[in-house]
Amino acid sequence: MTPTPSRTIVTTNVSRRHFLGGLLSTSAFVVAARFVPDVLFAQVATVKSAADSAALNPSVYLGIDPDGTVHIVTHRSEMGTGIRTSLPMVAADELDADWARVKIVQGIGDVRYGDQNTDGSKSIRDFFDAFRHAGAAARGMLIQAAAAQWQVPATECETGLHEVVHKPSGRRAAYGSLVPAAAKLPVPKPGTLRFKPRSAWRYIGKDRPIYDLGDIVSGKAIFGMDAKVDGMLYASIEHPPVLGATIKSVDDKAALKVRGVRQVVTLDPWKPPIGFQPLGGVAVIADNTWAAFQGRKQLKIDWDLGPHASYDSASYKKQLIAAVQQPGKVARSRGNVDAEFAKGGKVVEAVYYVPHHAHATMEPPVAVAEYRDGKVTAWAPVQNPQAAQDTVAAALGIDKTNVVCHVTLLGGGFGRKSKPDFVAEAALLSRRVGKPVKVVWSREDDLQFDYYHAVAAVSHKAVVNGRGRPTAWLARSAFPPIASTFTAGERYGMDIELGMGLTDLPFDVPAYRAENCPAEAHVRIGWFRSVANIYQVFAASSFVDELAHAAGRDPLDYQLDLIGPGGVLDLKADGVANYWNYGVPADKYPFDTRRLRRVLEIAGQRAGWAKRSRAKGRGMGIVAARSFTSYIASVVEVQVDAQGRVRIPRVIQVVDAGTVVNPDRVRSQFEGAAVMGIGLAMTGEISAEAGRVIQTNFHAFQVPRITDAPAQVDVHIVESDAPPGGVGEPGLPPIVPALTNAIFAATGKRIRELPISKTKLV
Amino acid sequence: MVTFTVNGAARSFDGDPEMPLLWYLRDELGLTGTKFGCGGGFCGSCTVHLDGKAARACQTPMSGVGGRTIVTIEGLSADQSHPVQRAWVAGNVAQCGYCQAGQIMQAAALLAEKPRPTDADIDAAMAGNICRCGTYQRIRASIKQAAASGGRS
Repeated sequence: MTPTPSRTIVTTNVSRRHFLGGLLSTSAFVVAARFVPDVLFAQVATVKSAADSAALNPSVYLGIDPDGTVHIVTHRSEMGTGIRTSLPMVAADELDADWARVKIVQGIGDVRYGDQNTDGSKSIRDFFDAFRHAGAAARGMLIQAAAAQWQVPATECETGLHEVVHKPSGRRAAYGSLVPAAAKLPVPKPGTLRFKPRSAWRYIGKDRPIYDLGDIVSGKAIFGMDAKVDGMLYASIEHPPVLGATIKSVDDKAALKVRGVRQVVTLDPWKPPIGFQPLGGVAVIADNTWAAFQGRKQLKIDWDLGPHASYDSASYKKQLIAAVQQPGKVARSRGNVDAEFAKGGKVVEAVYYVPHHAHATMEPPVAVAEYRDGKVTAWAPVQNPQAAQDTVAAALGIDKTNVVCHVTLLGGGFGRKSKPDFVAEAALLSRRVGKPVKVVWSREDDLQFDYYHAVAAVSHKAVVNGRGRPTAWLARSAFPPIASTFTAGERYGMDIELGMGLTDLPFDVPAYRAENCPAEAHVRIGWFRSVANIYQVFAASSFVDELAHAAGRDPLDYQLDLIGPGGVLDLKADGVANYWNYGVPADKYPFDTRRLRRVLEIAGQRAGWAKRSRAKGRGMGIVAARSFTSYIASVVEVQVDAQGRVRIPRVIQVVDAGTVVNPDRVRSQFEGAAVMGIGLAMTGEISAEAGRVIQTNFHAFQVPRITDAPAQVDVHIVESDAPPGGVGEPGLPPIVPALTNAIFAATGKRIRELPISKTKLV
Repeated sequence: MVTFTVNGAARSFDGDPEMPLLWYLRDELGLTGTKFGCGGGFCGSCTVHLDGKAARACQTPMSGVGGRTIVTIEGLSADQSHPVQRAWVAGNVAQCGYCQAGQIMQAAALLAEKPRPTDADIDAAMAGNICRCGTYQRIRASIKQAAASGGRS
């Protein structure tokens, strides 16, 4: 890695600014900080990318050299989804570029790129159009240059693979040869761009291996853990054992005697709300990672544990379950639920519980930072390098423009690495010790000091008619909210959490009320792959299965009946003022329950649902859910043996994610989500005693291994030309209730509490 | 002072004898293909070959490597040509890729011992290697493909 990149100031390219401003504002950016103010383009590039430096540079995302090399910037982070390959495929396709001549450039944190927070399964959703625009602009300029050179109308020219072709005469010009002339032309305005018809797409919709595959299989790929700067020292930090604990005294004499240890540094405690601030604690600085770990073991720290030392998961569970027995804040209300319940009739009700979960990325949090002359350069595996800039700037009291954040490959993300606390730790320590510092979290640090997926209790209660259909349905959900991380003491969920399976319950019932009941947070709460959908969909789809069985009806037929004929959900009519719809507008991405029906029907057919085995110990579960604007149906088949061991011979994932860029990477996401969902359901649990998380490594926090994974995951992608939906997260939520419903079918045991390992199945 | 070879090159070490091989490889030699995942022998990210057998570098103290032959992912082949590497590329196995060096080293050791592994052999050999992305189905298929193509390099 190059230690300190050169800093170059580039003068403003007015036409480029207008071009980008236009295309970004036409894109559907709703969530905060997604708009790129025009003025930001006036201070283009503190650090130039290879695309910026290319002769033809019509977009921040793309540049072409006179030798024909195409540089495409991926400003989103690669954590395993394949986005570093898939977004460039979009631009390369629209450019008609030869993939073999594409070089992918990882974007640093830079507001010029627009939003860089690689989570929410939104990279393709939000940037598909922007990357098509980048490719189309370059292609248009190359065509113009060729037409001028040949003195023919541009309309007679088209592109072949990496060349412009004049159809009537058969003349051809390679892209590289046209770059000098094309670079002198104005960048076309968005309204004037010509796009390839869908039928001419050469990359979008076709399998492509990931760009880094060769480096990965040969050990050359550079993850955050592998970043190295000359003269760098290594740090390991003893974090406060309980959230908010403070240091009373530190004895570092023994630590300083450990061979290789150079220095011990006490970090300041954070001030509420915690946000992305470093946790504080005591850092051991050493010549290598091992010495830092060893030195840390010798620290003697006396802590004032503070108010969260009473956090105990067993008693907290009781509080959450009690909370959903009481009315909460109404999040959606349709019909008159109370009046329907007052009429009496058969009532079905159940309470579900899901514990905390940890991200447990295979690469623990890690960052390298160098502080020099009031500026910080960092290299880190972060999902959101702009947040890393902000967090480092705030921690050091410097301006964000003085923070450069390079993004390495991420050894997993799942939401953890969009919280850059560890980058600020490295920057603070570098300033203190006067050298570049690499902060390495141990697995114990990772599991004990995560931004945890919320623990949750959800109750469902319905009064049903003669066919077992609800005439009224009341849902209540209590969970320590993500907002507690950003607003101290917040006990209620945001629209984002509520709009993940609670307010947008897709069933056609005459009366439904969803309430959010309060819950206090005692650890840092964050977003984990698919977020609140995990507990909302587990609870709701388990309850639907319970309703089906209570009615003596087939679970698939029953779900289809509950969805009804289908149509676009009108949540406003039910008083949901701010349905967030995953950050995209409802006109482009309506919640269309016909698509939900369709995936469910396809899944049923592919699974052979109607002919499934009813033998004892065998079972199948089927669940559909929409999340991140994609529609998924999951089927899980189980075999439960006489000892109660669960084997999963097959999982089916039917995916309607609209337009798909790289089908192989979509399949891989749904294969992986099935494994992760099964693991979370079977054994996943983080719990606290006396304020401390008790799971310290993979022996206690059990994630699925090859022996736990389903023998086969079949992913079926529904052909669609709808706008692209998310694919990183939506494969997880329906897996969990599909599994527990399958276990019910096999054993008669209803799982209302995760992990399943807490329940004796035989 | 211990002497040993890493990827064919003779090496010596006279630092902390308790230092795990993992940190020697990564921090001293700069061979970062071998990954830190858990430090406790639970995840397999740090798998290397010690005298041809799969071993967890995080559980191998430097005091134990004297006279031994160490091969890391960087030394498995010069050009990604080991049958396991080729099968991993053909199967597009990796998602984030962080655990894959360990998976590949474990699989290569398995095939060296059992050129035609059964599913049970694969389970037994690979159960110590965690992939949080959940690429197990492709790992299994690629081991079988490597075996079919003559898995020993």
